[in-house]
Amino acid sequence: MNVHVSDRPLSAPAQSSRLAIADCDIHPRTRSLRDFYPWLEKRWRDHLEAFGTTSRQPWQKGPAYPKAQPQASRRDAWPPGGGGPGSDLGFMAAQHLDPNNVALGILNPLQTGQGVQNLDLSAALCRATNEWQIAEWTSKDARLRASVVVPYEDGVAAAREIEARAGDPNFAQVLLLSRTSEPLGHRRYWPIYEAAAAAGLPVAVHAFGYGGWPITAGGWGSYYIEEMVGHAQASEAVVSSFICEGVFARIPSLKLVMVEGGSAWAAALGWRLDKLWKTLKAEVPALTMAPSEYMRRHVWFTTQPIEEPEPRQQLAEAFEWIGWDRILFATDYPHWDFDDPAQALPMRMDEAAKRAVFLENARAVYGA
Amino acid sequence: MPDLAPIDCDLHPTVPGLPALLPYADDIWRESATRRGFEEMVTIAYPTGNPLAVRADWRDAKGYGATDPARLGREALAPFGTRAAILNCLYGAPALFSEDLSAGFCRAINDWIAAEWLKRDPRLFASILVPQTNAERAAEEIERLADNPRFVQVLLLVSGELPLGRRQHWPIFAAAARHHLPVCIHAGSTYRHPVTPVGWPGTYMEDYAAQASAFASALTSLVAEGVFAKFPDLTVVLAESGVSWLPAHLWRLTKFWKGLRSEVPWVSDPPTAIVRERVRLTVQPFDVPDDPAVLARLVEHLGSEEMLLFATDYPHAHFEGAAALPSGLDAALARKIAVDNPLRTYPRLKEVA
Repeated sequence: MNVHVSDRPLSAPAQSSRLAIADCDIHPRTRSLRDFYPWLEKRWRDHLEAFGTTSRQPWQKGPAYPKAQPQASRRDAWPPGGGGPGSDLGFMAAQHLDPNNVALGILNPLQTGQGVQNLDLSAALCRATNEWQIAEWTSKDARLRASVVVPYEDGVAAAREIEARAGDPNFAQVLLLSRTSEPLGHRRYWPIYEAAAAAGLPVAVHAFGYGGWPITAGGWGSYYIEEMVGHAQASEAVVSSFICEGVFARIPSLKLVMVEGGSAWAAALGWRLDKLWKTLKAEVPALTMAPSEYMRRHVWFTTQPIEEPEPRQQLAEAFEWIGWDRILFATDYPHWDFDDPAQALPMRMDEAAKRAVFLENARAVYGA
Repeated sequence: MPDLAPIDCDLHPTVPGLPALLPYADDIWRESATRRGFEEMVTIAYPTGNPLAVRADWRDAKGYGATDPARLGREALAPFGTRAAILNCLYGAPALFSEDLSAGFCRAINDWIAAEWLKRDPRLFASILVPQTNAERAAEEIERLADNPRFVQVLLLVSGELPLGRRQHWPIFAAAARHHLPVCIHAGSTYRHPVTPVGWPGTYMEDYAAQASAFASALTSLVAEGVFAKFPDLTVVLAESGVSWLPAHLWRLTKFWKGLRSEVPWVSDPPTAIVRERVRLTVQPFDVPDDPAVLARLVEHLGSEEMLLFATDYPHAHFEGAAALPSGLDAALARKIAVDNPLRTYPRLKEVA
């Protein structure tokens, strides 16, 4: 059964015949790294020309595992005027924002300086990415909000970048990638969370990146499908780390948004951590309540790529376990596994749940 | 529980110390162990003093669980009315870096189990421990013991040097399939990689929690590499996995299979269907809240009543008293879990039916 977002003009919050939605995972992309040059010092422009960027994976160009489609994108997402998918605001609006009635779009640029091995270059590229988001995206379309992209492997530099953006309404959140060199609850990353909480910004952890470790605890898989499925396991480790290292206990106002790593696993992880906590409490004295309670209070999940049980209604049961107020709709535009808002949640949802998932939860978490 | 006379598909005998194994080791390893001063091969999977490693009422003066079959019978079999039990020895020989040493001590452990446990209690069966870093040597060990009907499956740690489905491991699956032995994948690691995809965690709690994720990845690997297609008679048992992670994992895996099956064309059926048909899971720990309604839904999400196998995971501390099955389980399903499913999974257990 489909969501029928298009059949309910009377209940739609916007004037449109389509329910206005928040899309919490949109990927703008440069045509090339040179698009960042206006905001990079000559030193870094020269550096990029000579040395490029390297991350903790084999290839100079492209991801560790070949994707399913060129640039992991929808075949129809190449702008007619040139450039790659996600590089043209006008085309993005015509293909996605307008027809899907996106009232709030959160930008998560992925090909930036995050995870770049040279930490100074990483910081410079992240700063340039943030300027680029304002100049090319948020200043041109009021529906869009940017993410503060930070050089997360250098917690202090990352915190400086957040402080520089604090109070700037162009930015809705701080963006990290999930695959870091240590689990994100480790204290080297705490300056990021302290700065984000002080700025009133949620911290989003988007799947992907290269921290140098295989995506399984048993080594490198052979296939892209293993990496894609494995982002859920990486995300579980991220959430466990935030909870068990006491990050939420220390920073009570911190909001964590888990992006593109799945969500249906969250209930089982909470049950598992709760059972362990009963036996292992002495190891984690910072925790004053059950792990699942920290998850319930501090963690949000974006929907795409939405899990597809048979029967579909089981997904509603999984959401119920997580909490309907913690689910944020996302499309992942322009990527190949894009979730169409009209098709992605084919299950029974009452009107309140639909409004929450498609729009109001995002407005609440982002204060937008 | 005792009225069901269950079959316990995962419990752990404790090696009292390396000296106990030396009589079963080849001369070279016995001599090396003494001359080089080998330490106990106890991995960090279960730090001995850790409250999860051994339940308080199952600890002896050294902090160990049962180191002999008489005590195991008193603590782990009698209270549950267990008719048969499968020993999964977790002594760390598979984690040794030298594959020669690993093969030598896996062999010693298997012979120690056969002589000092299986011979002394007819209710006991065991898994074959193998040097999983070298599949040829592992297959040799399976061949060596396959004629002993009391060895009922092959034991692998969920995290090794390579994902378990990788073709380097296929000689292990081939040998197991040849002898109709299920392959039991157990929680634990050889610690070649961090226990999470994002590095080494700071707490044991995360380490143990991450075991469930390791099972998810291992299952992805077995499916994606085509192990189930290549070995159509092979059964895989996931022991001490936590169970409740499985439905959400299969939803995701099956979704991506729909989009990416051209990359793995030998996976001709939806992963959910393959796993329901070919994979079994032991029920301790069973990560559900103490709420029968949640349990009932989760069993629906699993989509099969044939997949679950009774286990205590003795001496690990997951439950109190004899409450090894989650509360609120339907009686007919409890009977399947306790007896019928294990008998279907393990052809060699027919004699205890």
